Amino acid sequence: MSTAVPSIPTEALPVLSLSAVSQSNPSNGAPASAPRVPVTKKALTADHPTWCPGCGDFAVLAAFYRVLEKLQYPHENIVTFAGIGCSSRFPYFVNTHGGHFIHGRSLPFAAGISLGRDDLHVFVFGGDGDGFSIGGNHLVHTARKNVRLTYVIMDNFVYGLTKKQTSPTSPIGFKSKTDPTGAMDQPINPMRTLVNSGATFIARSHATQVNHMIDMMTRAAQHDGFSVVEILSECVEFYAGAFDAANPRKGGAFRNIELKKNDGTPEDASRHDPTDELAAYKLATEPWPGSFGIFYEVKRPTKNRLEADLIARARERTKGAGDLDLLQASFARLR
Amino acid sequence: MVGSNFPTAGAVTPGASLVQTVPDAVIRLAGNSQDGIQTIGGFLARLAGRSDQDVMTYMTIPSTISGGPSIFQVRMGTGEILSAGDHADFLVAFYQHSYDAHIHSLRPGGVLVYDSDHVKPDPEDKRFTAVGIPITSLTVEAVGGATKDKGKNIFVLGLLARAFNLDVEKLRALVTERFGGRAEDIVRNAMLAFDAGYAMPVENLLGHCYRFDQNPRAAGQRQQVTMDGNTALTYGLLAAGVRHGSGYPITPWSSIMEMLRTELPKYGGVFVQAEDELSAVSQALGFSYSGHLAVTGSSGPGLSLKMEALGWAVMAEMPLIVVNVQRGGPSTGLPTNVEQSDLLQAIYGSHGDAPRVVLAPRDVEDCFYIAIEAGRIAREYSTPVLILSDFGLATRIEAFEEPDLKKLMADPKPDLSGRGADYKPYPLERTTRHAPPGSRMDSGVYPVVTGLEHDEMGHPTGSPELHTKMTAKRREKIKRLAASLPVPEVFGEAKGDVLVVGWGSTFGPIRDAVKTLRAAGEKIGQVHLRHVHPLPPGLEEIFLNYRHICVVEMNDEGLYGHGQLATLLRARYANPAIRSIAKTDGLTFKVREIVEGIKRLQTTTGSNGKSHA
Repeated sequence: MSTAVPSIPTEALPVLSLSAVSQSNPSNGAPASAPRVPVTKKALTADHPTWCPGCGDFAVLAAFYRVLEKLQYPHENIVTFAGIGCSSRFPYFVNTHGGHFIHGRSLPFAAGISLGRDDLHVFVFGGDGDGFSIGGNHLVHTARKNVRLTYVIMDNFVYGLTKKQTSPTSPIGFKSKTDPTGAMDQPINPMRTLVNSGATFIARSHATQVNHMIDMMTRAAQHDGFSVVEILSECVEFYAGAFDAANPRKGGAFRNIELKKNDGTPEDASRHDPTDELAAYKLATEPWPGSFGIFYEVKRPTKNRLEADLIARARERTKGAGDLDLLQASFARLR
Repeated sequence: MVGSNFPTAGAVTPGASLVQTVPDAVIRLAGNSQDGIQTIGGFLARLAGRSDQDVMTYMTIPSTISGGPSIFQVRMGTGEILSAGDHADFLVAFYQHSYDAHIHSLRPGGVLVYDSDHVKPDPEDKRFTAVGIPITSLTVEAVGGATKDKGKNIFVLGLLARAFNLDVEKLRALVTERFGGRAEDIVRNAMLAFDAGYAMPVENLLGHCYRFDQNPRAAGQRQQVTMDGNTALTYGLLAAGVRHGSGYPITPWSSIMEMLRTELPKYGGVFVQAEDELSAVSQALGFSYSGHLAVTGSSGPGLSLKMEALGWAVMAEMPLIVVNVQRGGPSTGLPTNVEQSDLLQAIYGSHGDAPRVVLAPRDVEDCFYIAIEAGRIAREYSTPVLILSDFGLATRIEAFEEPDLKKLMADPKPDLSGRGADYKPYPLERTTRHAPPGSRMDSGVYPVVTGLEHDEMGHPTGSPELHTKMTAKRREKIKRLAASLPVPEVFGEAKGDVLVVGWGSTFGPIRDAVKTLRAAGEKIGQVHLRHVHPLPPGLEEIFLNYRHICVVEMNDEGLYGHGQLATLLRARYANPAIRSIAKTDGLTFKVREIVEGIKRLQTTTGSNGKSHA
């Protein structure tokens, strides 16, 4: 969080157990559970992806199956949503509750799911056009509010579904159907934008680095707040080779961010402190292809928590009165 | 007879009783918006409600940040009050500009009370009984201290209490309730101002004072509650089991979201102020997807911004309530005036063939019940339901019988029960029943909800046959709803010369106009639509019983000479007797305007009252 933004100390808020709030909330009851079977890749596999052969998104999907296998959330409590674009086809290929919303608005939709139901694990997938262009405003505000959900942006630097137009992350000079002589506008810097917006978990990965992706997505899912992973995922059809500079198999260098261990050793001084906002900015402004890993990770009350506290305080004031009594009292005041 | 049944002030014969009994009175308070005239107007309305009287208010506010001329009109009394009154019986003018702008609204023979510290009335104008009272200086004198002229609204309340023999104890209680909880001297100052106003011997200045007919409550009738339309709509949403929602500020919708933001946490719910209208409708749909029927709302321009997501809601068959408190348009238009020009947007806005449900409350009481109806339909038919209120209804105060909540409260719990092996998110032969996340699937297959055309399992499809069938499925469920609706009730003559058709907030003035014309011997009836889309059954047969069908609405007659509902009805029933009484002055219909409109249509043929030579 930027120091220029006035912040309310967490300590000032009454500490309430989220689960206690959920229990006292009649509209939030979870169903009685039957014996669980572990969630496996087989159980998670749905339609065969419609992506082009060689698309980076296949690897992201495979990594996501592994993340869910690792996390072992109740199958019915996993939600996979997306907006519009090639990568946003994702939910059709994952057998969980989920769906396909409109272009750019998957984050507010998912915020509604997350704020409506504390018992769910909400994952949102999308591309650079969905997240940084048409949905840019929502990215900023979902980050600012720190809504608890995980957002995976499969960034390919081009509009693929509509067949090669300039995207907000296309580099200057990139030739597309809308910029035949080369893109001229300054592209978005996703990491910098996210740090500035107040996201509380920000990571960057590469679709050719499966283990790295699994690690980043797992830690994002475990983060209590708004977590974002930008994955560079190559569009073989319209922007082949875009991310070779960070792919060792193509002669590039995948530079992993080493996180501070706070072990007092001299080499620890040069490691990255993910709670240091300025250090995150510095990483974000490295020359192409930059570094990969966790740029920023801090604890800040989630909107989910703040709303639950608001409910708890309101119920304390009304002495936990039932819905009928509450509404009757409102009418009585207007007699 | 149009307007109230208030006697003429000058017509009192000497020696007659000093107290005149009146059935009702129209009191117009004209000042500036910061003078608190809305506050005392509200007190008068609440007093009427508490005294088992009927009441309706009407207000204008400037579209400025603070200040500017404003009026509050209260019509209170015995019997059914259907409109706020075409003319005032009693005008209180705080400033010269109030006098200049509103003296024309005073009925000849009516009473003008003016603040002689600020107003110099035309001495030649003998049409009214004019009473000058130095309201400002008397208030300052009574309250003292550094409050300047603050409290002159309460002074006027005291004055009106004396002039109309109002229940002083009830009024004091209302003032104390309103200001109680704040600093003690605020209540004390209010009481000092009230007493000073009440001490004015207005009966001597007017020659008499008034008293309303008594109206004892009928056996079994519940106590009255008094509120504005936005409050009633908010409470209706709570009764409908809506516990989640999202919105973005825009006049005149904002007060609904403010109330929901305050109320919902008590009910364990969440209302989110979104970053924009697109986010608001999306978050509301996310809540609905999570199993909690949610609400979003806006006013005209904001509804336009929600249209893409509404198309998704139709395609994905997601329940949702969308409130649209209409104002004058297009664009920013007249943000603090009334219009019914969003009907076609509500029905046909969005892209593609996207049938959805549109309801319109007819008065403040109906704002409460229509929200419950919206909740029922949204759940039962898994569809977005739009509620079209308007600025007039949102800000108008009425008294109505307190609802029997025990019988009305809907269960807000999401249905997270396991779904059987045969569950399909989009069955062709049945109405969609959304399975929210958390529901276990016996089949092991989890549903995908989607805005892409899909098969019964939610898989995307480009099949011409499936798109035809799914489009029909979404259409047929709305037709099933239509078939289940009650045939609209006809008020007045079941057969005759004229049928007046309306929708939304014009109900009261239309009913008054129909009553007026019936009393004058016209064969006239009224149908008022609450279910605007789909249309209820039986209208075609009802229309055949009349020579003229006059559709009254506050929107433009358009390029083809018919208002928005009239256009729809003509397309649907192909009945050339359907014609329009439409207007676009941004003000609620006066009864006189409707009466004149009907007479014009009766004597002409062809479109919209223009005679074909």
